[in-house]
Amino acid sequence: MPAVQETIDQVAAIDVDKYKYGFVTDIETEKAPKGLSEEVIAFISAKKGEPEWMLEWRLKAYERWKTMKEPDWAALEYPPIKYNELYYYAAPKMADNPKSLDEVDPELLRTYEKLGIPLKEQEILAGVRKAGEPSDLDEMGGEGYTSGKVAVDAVFDSVSVVTTFKAELAKAGVIFCPISEAIREHPELVKKYLGSVISPADNVFATLNAAVFTDGSFVYIPPGVRCPMELSTYFRINEQNTGQFERTLIIADKGSYVSYLEGCTAPMRDENQLHAACVELIALDDAEIKYSTVQNWYPGDAEGKGGIYNFVTKRGDCRGDRSKISWTQLETGSAITWKYPSVILRGDDSRGEFYSIAISNGRQQIDSGTKMIHLGKNTSSRIISKGISAGRSSNTYRGLVQASGRAKNARNFTQCDSLLIGDKCAAITIPYVETKTGTAQFEHEATTSKISDDQLFYARSRGIGEEEAVALIVSGFVQDVLQQLPMEFAVEAKALISVSLEGSVG
Amino acid sequence: MLNIKNLHVSVEDGDHSREILKGLSFHLKPGEVHAIMGPNGSGKSTLGNVIAGKDGYEVTEGEILFAGEDVLEMEPEERAAAGLFLAFQYPVEVPGVATMTFLKAAMNSQREARGEEKLTTPQFMKLVKDASEMLGVRSEMLKRPINVGFSGGEKKRNEIMQMALLQPKLAVLDETDSGLDIDALRIVSEGVNALRGPNRSFLVITHYQRLLDYIKPDQVHVLAGGRIVRSGGPELATELEERGYAEFLETA
Ligand SMILES: Nc1ncnc2c1ncn2[C@@H]1O[C@H](COP(=O)(O)OP(=O)(O)OP(=O)(O)O)[C@@H](O)[C@H]1O
Ligand SMILES: [Mg+2]
Repeated sequence: MPAVQETIDQVAAIDVDKYKYGFVTDIETEKAPKGLSEEVIAFISAKKGEPEWMLEWRLKAYERWKTMKEPDWAALEYPPIKYNELYYYAAPKMADNPKSLDEVDPELLRTYEKLGIPLKEQEILAGVRKAGEPSDLDEMGGEGYTSGKVAVDAVFDSVSVVTTFKAELAKAGVIFCPISEAIREHPELVKKYLGSVISPADNVFATLNAAVFTDGSFVYIPPGVRCPMELSTYFRINEQNTGQFERTLIIADKGSYVSYLEGCTAPMRDENQLHAACVELIALDDAEIKYSTVQNWYPGDAEGKGGIYNFVTKRGDCRGDRSKISWTQLETGSAITWKYPSVILRGDDSRGEFYSIAISNGRQQIDSGTKMIHLGKNTSSRIISKGISAGRSSNTYRGLVQASGRAKNARNFTQCDSLLIGDKCAAITIPYVETKTGTAQFEHEATTSKISDDQLFYARSRGIGEEEAVALIVSGFVQDVLQQLPMEFAVEAKALISVSLEGSVG
Repeated sequence: MLNIKNLHVSVEDGDHSREILKGLSFHLKPGEVHAIMGPNGSGKSTLGNVIAGKDGYEVTEGEILFAGEDVLEMEPEERAAAGLFLAFQYPVEVPGVATMTFLKAAMNSQREARGEEKLTTPQFMKLVKDASEMLGVRSEMLKRPINVGFSGGEKKRNEIMQMALLQPKLAVLDETDSGLDIDALRIVSEGVNALRGPNRSFLVITHYQRLLDYIKPDQVHVLAGGRIVRSGGPELATELEERGYAEFLETA
């Protein structure tokens, strides 16, 4: 029978239950009572030792949230979320604030080990990467890679458990800490910037986040500082039925640079878990922020049961002239993804970039894209989106490019490519373009293709197994985006592409 | 090495099936080179594709034995690991996949399937360097996505380079000579001749006797009307060059 038919049959028999990271860590947790109320919010705020103004901010958002409705424009289908069935706070119990890895619950460290997170690797912890080792990177055009250090801020359920590299970062004047700590230690910065990109009234999920966010990272790079290492957070959802409400705030002051890596993995679950994170980025004059995400949360079983609902609001503000913000993402997990990392190009000559790989398999639904809002003069943006759909999944790119009357000579280039594996999946591209200036130059290219039998046969005739051949062809399809990822992530990303396409063929 | 008996192959052509190979037989022994010549559309590439295991062909009768094993039961990658290689008439472009990456995946997959150690990166680099130098493939080419934007001749050289790296027991070369300039034809032929040995066989599909001046065949087969209609020594190629296929088309 023809290969395409075969592929389809195999996809139909897909067994996503084999989800590699599906295990549960047994750590005692401390929970807030189920459901959402002023009391629960006060409980969270008290747990975090927050000042009064923060609690007020949360309660205001909560009042607002009660009046809001979920958007219905996304190409997503899911049963109504029962907000009162969720727990909004769960923290692993442990000795007060660990000072080193020795003090961290060994069960947690084992969990990370299973995930392959290099947290325990002494070399990485010491900031040294094995130098000069030839690797696959050589073939990926990995030249020019210099940074060998990653600072890891691990977030386990809702509490940041361990923060490494603090000393070296502090020497550079960089603040990298859990946001709850920043609220206590750096209230002036938090007050000034929190909610300044994503208002607490922005959308129902962002508003919910404002009311109940539990943790996340805070980064401040002082003027003129190039952050000496890549900053990294691994998020992980562990406690059953715990909504995850991360809040991340990154500020790059004038002329500074930071690259931030976000990685996520969640264990297997029976009930859908809501995740509604907010990430705000602020780049002042001549500053640059590079934000990279690898997301591989549990996508649900073969029927689509049990996966993560991922409703994320991510937005960057190029507030200063000549500033630059770049989002790079590899989305392979979650049952539902609703996510549009955006850039507001406020400063003159500022630049926004969005590079995305979104892979859907099984019954996954993705509605994702970006918004580039051109407000300043001579602003430019670039969007490269690669969607891969397999199984019975649906994969929608939804993008908005907008230029205000002031945005003279705004430029955008958008390229959206979709690759289909089998014929039970869907790929949809919905670009919106709005311009109020006659001088804007917006370009859009879109392609949709199927993985070709000839390419598959060519690779297989050389001895490459069918699944590896698919992964190879797909990695070629996404190569220009893959190149945007920091090297630490690129290798992981390649592996993840293979894992997420498992079962899409033989 | 390769024993094909009474091979019948059909393809789906619109809503009906069409028989392309109609009882083809020949026997290629270890160390031998056989050439297959025949008019356009006579089924030469079909034969190569069926040997390599491409989907979309239905074998309705007959068998293909490779080193005594029934290859029709094997997946394409298993055939490759067992030592079969097809140099494509039209090598396929794989955008974004660097030639190096592709080669490494191919070599290591075959080694893994045979229970051998994977190559380390330095070992691999050395092998590629040698093979690419022998075939005059520039090192920039190795970094480019495989076959993408390669000229016709470059694609063919790349195929032979892959053959040199994979060291198959049986190589089917489908019109590897077409598209090659005179110098390239010599280089590629030398590459093939360097691999000739008592345990390696070649099936060379070509339209031109010129290739066979470089790669001396033990036997030449004429494929027409879905069958081998005549077999002979190298002189048969010269005869075909002069007289064409007219007489075979009548009898077929
Ligand atoms: N998948 C297919 N579907 C329909 N027809 C096919 C298919 N594959 C091959 N054919 C037909 O089978 C016949 C033989 O094709 P093949 O490519 O094997 O010829 P060939 O001898 O290699 O020709 P050439 O010398 O031009 O390369 C042709 O008529 C071709 O159109
Ligand atoms: Mg042919």
